[in-house]
Amino acid sequence: MQEVKTTSTSAEPPPQAARPDFLSVSKFDFFYGKKQALFDVTMDIPEKQVTAFIGPSGCGKSTLLRNFNRMNELIDGVRHAGEIKLCGQSIYDPKIEVIALRRAIGMVFQKSNPFPKSIYENIVYGLRISGKNDKATLDEAVERSLRGAALWEEVKDRLHESALGLSGGQMQRLCIARAIANRPKVLLMDEPCSALDPIATAKVEELIQMLKKDFTIVIVTHNMQQATRTSDRTAFFYLGKLIEYAETQKIFSNPSQKQTEDYITGRFG
Amino acid sequence: MDPIITHSQSFFEPDSAESTKAMARSFGNRVLSGLCITLSLLTLVPLVSIIYLLLEKGLPLLSWSVFTELPPAAGMVAGGFGNAVFGTLIMVALGLVIAAPIGILSAIYIYEYSQTSRLAQAVRLVAKLLTGIPSIICGVFAFAVVVMATGTFSAYAGAVALAVLMLPTILLTSEQALIGVQNAYREASYGLGATKFQTIVRVALPDALPAIMTGVMLAVARAAGETAPLIFTALFSQFWAQSLGEPTASLSVLIYNFSTVPFPHQIQMAWTASLVLVAFVTVANIAAQLVFSKKH
Repeated sequence: MQEVKTTSTSAEPPPQAARPDFLSVSKFDFFYGKKQALFDVTMDIPEKQVTAFIGPSGCGKSTLLRNFNRMNELIDGVRHAGEIKLCGQSIYDPKIEVIALRRAIGMVFQKSNPFPKSIYENIVYGLRISGKNDKATLDEAVERSLRGAALWEEVKDRLHESALGLSGGQMQRLCIARAIANRPKVLLMDEPCSALDPIATAKVEELIQMLKKDFTIVIVTHNMQQATRTSDRTAFFYLGKLIEYAETQKIFSNPSQKQTEDYITGRFG
Repeated sequence: MDPIITHSQSFFEPDSAESTKAMARSFGNRVLSGLCITLSLLTLVPLVSIIYLLLEKGLPLLSWSVFTELPPAAGMVAGGFGNAVFGTLIMVALGLVIAAPIGILSAIYIYEYSQTSRLAQAVRLVAKLLTGIPSIICGVFAFAVVVMATGTFSAYAGAVALAVLMLPTILLTSEQALIGVQNAYREASYGLGATKFQTIVRVALPDALPAIMTGVMLAVARAAGETAPLIFTALFSQFWAQSLGEPTASLSVLIYNFSTVPFPHQIQMAWTASLVLVAFVTVANIAAQLVFSKKH
């Protein structure tokens, strides 16, 4: 953690050459109707690291997250300016199908939202909608995804029971498993632990550390301890602007902006 | 006044004025609770009396033969109303085949595809107005559109009248059913790369199905009991229907016909037919709820 330049990769790069600009945002503005929610955001999110978005409610961090897989477009009257690129390719490229983009960029929501179906059917949903119905493929995906989400041992004997019978923490890990069943490149997590108790939170955080070997992770969190525990880099947003973006350690030990310092020391927000 | 309670004061009665007010509030609470319970029980009175009356007057004639035999001629004893049971089933089923797809698909359009468009708002408004249309108007409408055009009373015409009657109920309850589906499910589906169509078919509809079926059953229950639309369209027949294109008997019209004649046997048969009609509607309702109740 010796480097502090915002564009560098972290001090301990993963073994293979990781792209420092895996997910790249440039001059990005976003509007809900007339209300502007994001102002001129520019940032590069590195591959196979955990990037945390922090900031007070309404600061735009979730809005930016939901632009990465274009979920915001489900709302009427939104528009954007600027560019977001995944691996160098614009996510707004007309040649890109939004459904393909959402398969490549998985999302885990604040409130765990397993479908009222069996555990098995939850995991294979993404495969079935893309036309894969071969049993061997589905079985393989279920085991791989559940192992990936550290849930296999807990549920392997009741794969065909309703997912709604799981505990809160298990449901959230099921949603993570469901997201990684699509083999996405990026995992977006929108306050994934805000509805969980401390033990379930610890499990999810442990899981995030495991997952970053294979996925680029962006996590929105209100919990600053969580940001320090889980993330390599942290971005602080305030009133729709990206105030500061650097290595997590630097943000929390030696922030360069006064607003960042005020926020992380609890003086506002 | 010192808010701190000392050991010498009673904890529950800081002073007598407070205590009196508390007692008054508590009394008021009991009175209102009692009122609510009494009025709730009162709503049961008509239902229970109807069922009691139907059982008392309808049971004596109830036998297997009422389902297999034709209505007795004036002044005759014995016979049944098998053709009317059959006619009601056929016309309600046919009406449902017309109204359910239109109603459910319209609900999907106005809620899932185009909530705020002018067309959606117009459809919603028209459906709300249609629920208030007297059933006899549906009959007159089907008379003008089907009976006049084909030149004969028929089961088709009856089914059209019933479909017009059922459509708004099915549409509006289906929309409510879709509104009741948690948006988190839709988000999860879109987030996994599903299209709108896939999200509706695989997530929204299965979750809304029990509520949609409740709406459909409500519509069926209402349509099965309607007399006025059928008098204008299917009329009645003393015989078994040979085709859908001829006048067709129905339970409701049979009840209406038999209850207005001076023969005690026919009047009693009208009671039995009423009992059968209510039993059908109830059984269909319960069956639908059992079949479509949420499995998870």
